Amino acid sequence: MIPIAQHIGAPAEPVVAKGDTVKVGQLIAKSTGFVSANIHSSVSGTVAKIEKTIDTSGYKNTCIFINVEGDEWLETIDRTPDLKTEITMSAEEIRAKIAECGIVGTGGATFPAHVKLSVPQGKKCEHLIINGVECEPYLTADHRLMLEHTEEIMVGCKIIQKATGAEKIIIGIENNKPDAIAKMTEAAKKYGITVMPLKVKYPQGGEKQLIKATVNREIPAPPALPIDVGCVVQNVGSTFAIYEAVQKNKPLFERVVTVTGKSVKSPKNILARVGTPLSHLIAAVGGLPEDTGKVVNGGPMMGKAVKSLEVPVTKGTSGVLMFKQSESVRMEENACIRCGKCVSACCMGLEPYLLKNLAKIRDFDALKEERVLDCIECGSCSFTCPAGIPITDYIRYGKATVTKILRSKK
Amino acid sequence: MEIVIWTVIPLCALGIVLAIILFFVAKKFKVEEDPRIDEVEACLPGANCGGCGFPGCRGLSEAVVKSGNLDGKYCPAGGNAAMSKVAAVMGLVAEEKEPMVAVVRCCGSHDKRPQTSTYDGAKTCAIAHATSSGDTACQYGCLGYGDCVAGCHFGAISINQETGLPEIDYDKCGGCGGCAKMCPRGVIEVRPRGKNDRRVYVGCINKDKGAEAMKACKAACIGCGKCAKVCPFEAITVENNVAYIDFTKCKSCRKCVAECPTGAINAVNFPPKPATPPAPKPEAQPAPAPAEATVVENNVNNN
Repeated sequence: MIPIAQHIGAPAEPVVAKGDTVKVGQLIAKSTGFVSANIHSSVSGTVAKIEKTIDTSGYKNTCIFINVEGDEWLETIDRTPDLKTEITMSAEEIRAKIAECGIVGTGGATFPAHVKLSVPQGKKCEHLIINGVECEPYLTADHRLMLEHTEEIMVGCKIIQKATGAEKIIIGIENNKPDAIAKMTEAAKKYGITVMPLKVKYPQGGEKQLIKATVNREIPAPPALPIDVGCVVQNVGSTFAIYEAVQKNKPLFERVVTVTGKSVKSPKNILARVGTPLSHLIAAVGGLPEDTGKVVNGGPMMGKAVKSLEVPVTKGTSGVLMFKQSESVRMEENACIRCGKCVSACCMGLEPYLLKNLAKIRDFDALKEERVLDCIECGSCSFTCPAGIPITDYIRYGKATVTKILRSKK
Repeated sequence: MEIVIWTVIPLCALGIVLAIILFFVAKKFKVEEDPRIDEVEACLPGANCGGCGFPGCRGLSEAVVKSGNLDGKYCPAGGNAAMSKVAAVMGLVAEEKEPMVAVVRCCGSHDKRPQTSTYDGAKTCAIAHATSSGDTACQYGCLGYGDCVAGCHFGAISINQETGLPEIDYDKCGGCGGCAKMCPRGVIEVRPRGKNDRRVYVGCINKDKGAEAMKACKAACIGCGKCAKVCPFEAITVENNVAYIDFTKCKSCRKCVAECPTGAINAVNFPPKPATPPAPKPEAQPAPAPAEATVVENNVNNN
């Protein structure tokens, strides 16, 4: 069960039909634009059907169903664990390879990587920032990746450097992962990469926050991108995927997923193939605890509660969290008491209470003026609100509508 | 006492002087406005619902008076009655239009459409629609948080707590479409009231295949096409697994109502059933229906 829309941008177009035999790593859906990504089969077998099924959003979207038969990989994929440090491809070839392998940002936003690495003309990439912050509580997928695939990530950094022409590489890691910082610093010496320990705070791992913390630059309001301040940001997970794509010719069809929760028997980080139903991952950690109230796909702050456990893992699934009934109950929504906590919590310097009110009365012009598009939907305002107002929900709706209006005006 | 006099007298004097100034200023800068605008506005309901497409009743009045005709200017809430009054003021003839009414195209009450998950976000349809697919397995139907209620300027719509669905007071509804605009899922449709205030419509917009739709909701349209086959006027089309009755062709014979296996087709205001039966059963049909249907059948045969 592999969804065709696993990234920001246009969904991919299936290139296989019912009855086709596919191998692991075979292209099954082709990207349909510049901001779009290829999708590859994560299993070998026959295509059973292409049908709509429920995904993380709760809505039905097109998925390619494959009946698993054996585990036959494409011959072109190098499955040896040897480290390949030599980068033979040119920048152009690297970008093409990354696009071909369908690499997207694995932090959660799933922005296609080849788009990020294509530095527009007239702009220069000074800093390449690798995001090893993993600021969402509970999640440890990137943490494990940094410990277990340190060298691969370093080579991945060098590959991205070659593709973007970046002058400096900085890896940002939060201070709560001292072992990862130590190991990465040690390995980074050889490659001339700086590892920067960062203060533990949420959302330190947001692209804008990370740039501010590492090189002290601020990205102007959208549509400005990190490249406008000379930066390119990639997640460590994506960096590892880029390494595998460029050096081992392996498309992105599996990723590390943190499966955890307070009453979970044996929480784990699992290397899961894209398309695996969440129920399988949950079975692998000892089954769904009885007192589960909510299963969240992603981190606790930005993740989404799923409606069904048959929802597949996608390229953006960083975690599967099982919350106890007692933890998952939201407070009843009360009237705003104007305490201003959301304003001080907002990492983008916005006024969440105001945005919420404007979204409520559907004043989209004013919302745009109040810079709703700057919101990164980190969820801090909802978390801090003593009146239990789901501020982020309101803002998310406002932001989506404003974006829609702006698009229709174009 | 002296202090009081000394404050009251200058204040009064000041007031008189300013009033005189204001009087002359108002005379000098008076905005000449066609008095008919006020007269036209008085004919309109004054709810500023925006159903006409102009910014409120004043906007419509200004547009009518400025253009001097009634082309494309129609107050759906006030209907023909209001428009004939407007026409009288303007010395024009109002075009008779079929009065419209809003209908809820969802029959998924709590007993028919079971809850599959819990939605604990903000309690508005717009947000529930944007951030999740609601708390039932149907991703098309009514969410039941009442955005449409907020969109109605006439108090004609309310959420029935028992069924979880909006109910429309057809006496108050003018068919302005305010509720339909608010509904993020397009569940509400504005249709003609129909002859004798009777109308037939499909109460479902679920585009899933029959089995899936049925699993989510017992009252779902499963796109079986039986209604389209039985319709003598070719008024029913089934597209994307959901039937739609074209009101320009429908003659309210109600053959489809009897045929529908899930009871997704609603027939409103047919005697003896009063208002919005959620799922009219074939045996509950009044006597005239089959009679009318046979007449139609005979006609077809004669042809």
